[in-house]
Amino acid sequence: MKFLPLVIANLMRHKLRTILTICSVALALFLFASLRTVTTTLASGSEVSSAQRVIVQNSTAFVIPLPMSYANRLSSVPHVQSVTWANWFGGKYGDGKKFFAQFAVDPKTYLGMYPEYSIPEDQKQAFFKERSSAIVGEGLVRAFGWKVGDNVTIQGTIFPGDWTFTIRGIYHPAMKEYGDDAFMFHYDYLYEKYPDRVTPGWYILKIDDPAAAPVVMKTIDDQFRNSNAPTKTGTEKAFAAGFASMWGNVKLLMSTIGMAVVFAILLVTANAMMMNQRERTSEVAVMKTVGFSDRRVFGLIIIEAAVISLTGAFLGLGAATLLPIVTGFGEGGFLPGFHVTGGTLAVGATVALLLTVASGIFPAWQAAKLPVVQALRRVE
Amino acid sequence: MKIPLIYNLRSVRQRPVSTALTALGIGLVVAVFVAMLALANGFVAALVQTGSSDNVLLLRRGADSEMSSGIPREAVSIISASPHIAVGADGKPMISPETYIVINLQRPGGDVYSVANVVARGVSERAFDVRRNIKVIEGRRFASGQSEICVGSKLSGRFANVEVGNVLRFANRDWNVVCRFTANGSSFESEIWGENEQFQNVFRGQGFQDVAFRLKDPASFDEVKRTFLADQRIQVDAHRESEFYASQSELLGNILRVLAIMITSIMAVGAVFGAVNTMYAAVSSRTPEIAVLLTLGFHPRSVLASFLAESAVIAFIGGLIGCLLALPINGVVTSTTNWASFSEIAFAFRVTPTLLLSGIVFAVVMGVVGGFFPARRASKLPVIQALR
Amino acid sequence: MALVEIRDVYKSFKREAQTVDVYAGLTIDFEEGSYTALMGPSGSGKSTLLNLVAGLDKPTSGSVRVAGAEVSKMTASQLADWRSRTIGFVFQSYNLLPVLTAQQNVELPLLLTNLNKRDRIERTAIALGVVGLADRVDHYPRQLSGGQEQRVAIARAIVADPTLILLDEPTGQLDAKSSEEVLELLRRLNEEFHKTIMIVTHDAKAAEHAKTVLHLEKGVLLEREGVKAGNGIGASGGVGATR
Repeated sequence: MKFLPLVIANLMRHKLRTILTICSVALALFLFASLRTVTTTLASGSEVSSAQRVIVQNSTAFVIPLPMSYANRLSSVPHVQSVTWANWFGGKYGDGKKFFAQFAVDPKTYLGMYPEYSIPEDQKQAFFKERSSAIVGEGLVRAFGWKVGDNVTIQGTIFPGDWTFTIRGIYHPAMKEYGDDAFMFHYDYLYEKYPDRVTPGWYILKIDDPAAAPVVMKTIDDQFRNSNAPTKTGTEKAFAAGFASMWGNVKLLMSTIGMAVVFAILLVTANAMMMNQRERTSEVAVMKTVGFSDRRVFGLIIIEAAVISLTGAFLGLGAATLLPIVTGFGEGGFLPGFHVTGGTLAVGATVALLLTVASGIFPAWQAAKLPVVQALRRVE
Repeated sequence: MKIPLIYNLRSVRQRPVSTALTALGIGLVVAVFVAMLALANGFVAALVQTGSSDNVLLLRRGADSEMSSGIPREAVSIISASPHIAVGADGKPMISPETYIVINLQRPGGDVYSVANVVARGVSERAFDVRRNIKVIEGRRFASGQSEICVGSKLSGRFANVEVGNVLRFANRDWNVVCRFTANGSSFESEIWGENEQFQNVFRGQGFQDVAFRLKDPASFDEVKRTFLADQRIQVDAHRESEFYASQSELLGNILRVLAIMITSIMAVGAVFGAVNTMYAAVSSRTPEIAVLLTLGFHPRSVLASFLAESAVIAFIGGLIGCLLALPINGVVTSTTNWASFSEIAFAFRVTPTLLLSGIVFAVVMGVVGGFFPARRASKLPVIQALR
Repeated sequence: MALVEIRDVYKSFKREAQTVDVYAGLTIDFEEGSYTALMGPSGSGKSTLLNLVAGLDKPTSGSVRVAGAEVSKMTASQLADWRSRTIGFVFQSYNLLPVLTAQQNVELPLLLTNLNKRDRIERTAIALGVVGLADRVDHYPRQLSGGQEQRVAIARAIVADPTLILLDEPTGQLDAKSSEEVLELLRRLNEEFHKTIMIVTHDAKAAEHAKTVLHLEKGVLLEREGVKAGNGIGASGGVGATR
């Protein structure tokens, strides 16, 4: 609009002040967006869950395993199409500094249950054939430089000893949120060494109709309720959400810090705007004499605040969006699929608008109210 | 000649709003700094507090947490015979074999899947003496052979049915809550304790997960470690109890600390920018006075020092405000899952005097950094120009 | 009908718990095309008269009509709009926005109109041409001399083709040469472009350039015929005096 050159010229009067203020806004919104993204990423795990998969775990505790005999009994439950299981291995690789999940799985049924892990067919077959082989995620390849055919030794913590595996395949997750740093090997490889201790940690079932989930869940839990290993069955979505909730009140922490950050920057921006106005009372008086109405003067100052806030927001939100992409942060690890969502951008833009109003309203109101005659008398 | 501070005070009073906004901005950064580090400190402290340096914790060789460990009965008998174990007042060795399991308790107000992993520790009578600082504050210890449990004080209020007199149900059994205990703020306060035999029946069969004992001679730890390493009959590793629990806090503790520093650093840059703006404006509005001061014979260095001092004082006040804002969080209890042990631990935010002091120092540093260039400009003012 | 009709205007200020009466029943007309200088000691209310005519101030009672419009009854936003079209104002100092070039300063009143960019630029070029500064369009005020600054201010005052040009001590901060430039320009604006001018000044030389000179002393209006007689001013009124 035609008044923009005037607004920008006013901001350029103190270039350093304007630049520093814009940078403050950018930093604040970068931080705000990143914090919010932690929350959205933790929630995203449950969002990408399949509605057709159901997890059966021991109801006493997730860490207590279930009997192998359940496999057959679960597959005869109505609506259940396929059954697989897995066990948490929890070993240490190298100095243990980089943590990654290791699972003992039933190869054919497990990979069939999770088509989201895309693996070249020949690698899949090689994995099926060899009991001491493993499939690893491409994130582990990036982290450790492993190749297909490499031998990898992991120290068992729950299952003592040094365990050597041969990598026969590398998987690529269909979505980043699935994580790309899992290590999967044969359940039987674990079982043959500790036949007295190893039973499935949890079962995963595929059901034919998502709407049947509640019925399936109830049937299974009722069936095993009074046995030695009572079950708790839930949708994959609920299961993932439960895991995310283990972080504690992360949401509260992130939003509290986010608010503090925005408020701190509001103070910086408001201060800059007020300093700008203090130095311009005579100019405002002259403009009113020329014919600028009170309302127009008010609007010009709000636009000035908007230029600062929106430019800063653009830079800050832009950096927050680009950084994970550029640095590859969020490929596996605790926060797989870390990326700034549209929702976060929308909230960030709203914050920028609020910043505009909050920082601009007082100076704008003062300028609108400025009595021209008194201001001019002061001047002359 | 030093410029009297009263000059700065009077000048600051002329622009109260700008000064207040700058101080408040710095204050908020300090508040976040103190609060986040208090969170990290609280978490670490709870774990560090859990172990004492004259206790030894034995786990199966290679196990990195109590949960993944397993020690058979026979091994416990062998261990009990060790001459390194301190003897209690009653003549019996101070040794505590324990069962360790993590159960799921539902969080009140959440759905069925919103659960927390709570440690259920099977113990013998000895545990209350061997594990330090355990104090029963309500009720009595569980009786042998009964389905009774004692509950750590931090579980109160965070889960249902954990008060003395309640019946808590887990593992398909009802358990009477007969006592509540504190443990000096350590992670034991987030645990449920019951009789070894009861828990073994329900959970894990006949073995134990860990054995803790008091050293007869605290200095003998290294020898103890070597002895157990060499013993072929049992496959255990000896850890100094304090070091073990401290190492369990490392992962999350470091993450929290790094997060705190990263977030407050970014905020600090913003606050410093605000201070820079304020000080430049202060300098330019006081240009005539500065010129007069310089003409009168005040050294440029004094002008520099004067403005730096002003900036530092504003920041100092901001730091005080920030500390006051963060102080109420001390003692607030929060919880998270310690991924190292896969169990939930409740702990209190911990604001220490050192932390508050660092907050203030941080504030002053922000003020000095922000005020430096404007102060330099003031000291380098071309006098003639300024007087015109 | 005169261009400016002031009827029975009373104006008083409160200054530090004292009430100062500036005008009591002032009545005066200014015809279209007139060029009037208002002189008098400070505090005599010269600037106040300009402010009343421009609608920047309201009389305590009485009527101020400019081109038939009752200025004292307009709302603030009506006045702003009216001012942008009708009045050109030049001050003693702080006229120009230091962050804008000469061209942008002159363009300022046109931003309030519906003209497109091209027309705005054309008009400002013309205005700057009239004041003789066509070659300084992209200079900032700090790059201009005092006299040049004032001429840019005058260009801004005429760019929207206003009915009335009001100047408050325009030569107060200028040296003799610059003053002469400015006054010559005003003369041309009045004689060639038929602009109505009211100028408040201390400077006797400036007053000489005007066609009529009015003296204000303690709110009393005295008249002195200019070189060109009979320019249609009828004046009466003052504090406590009626003629």
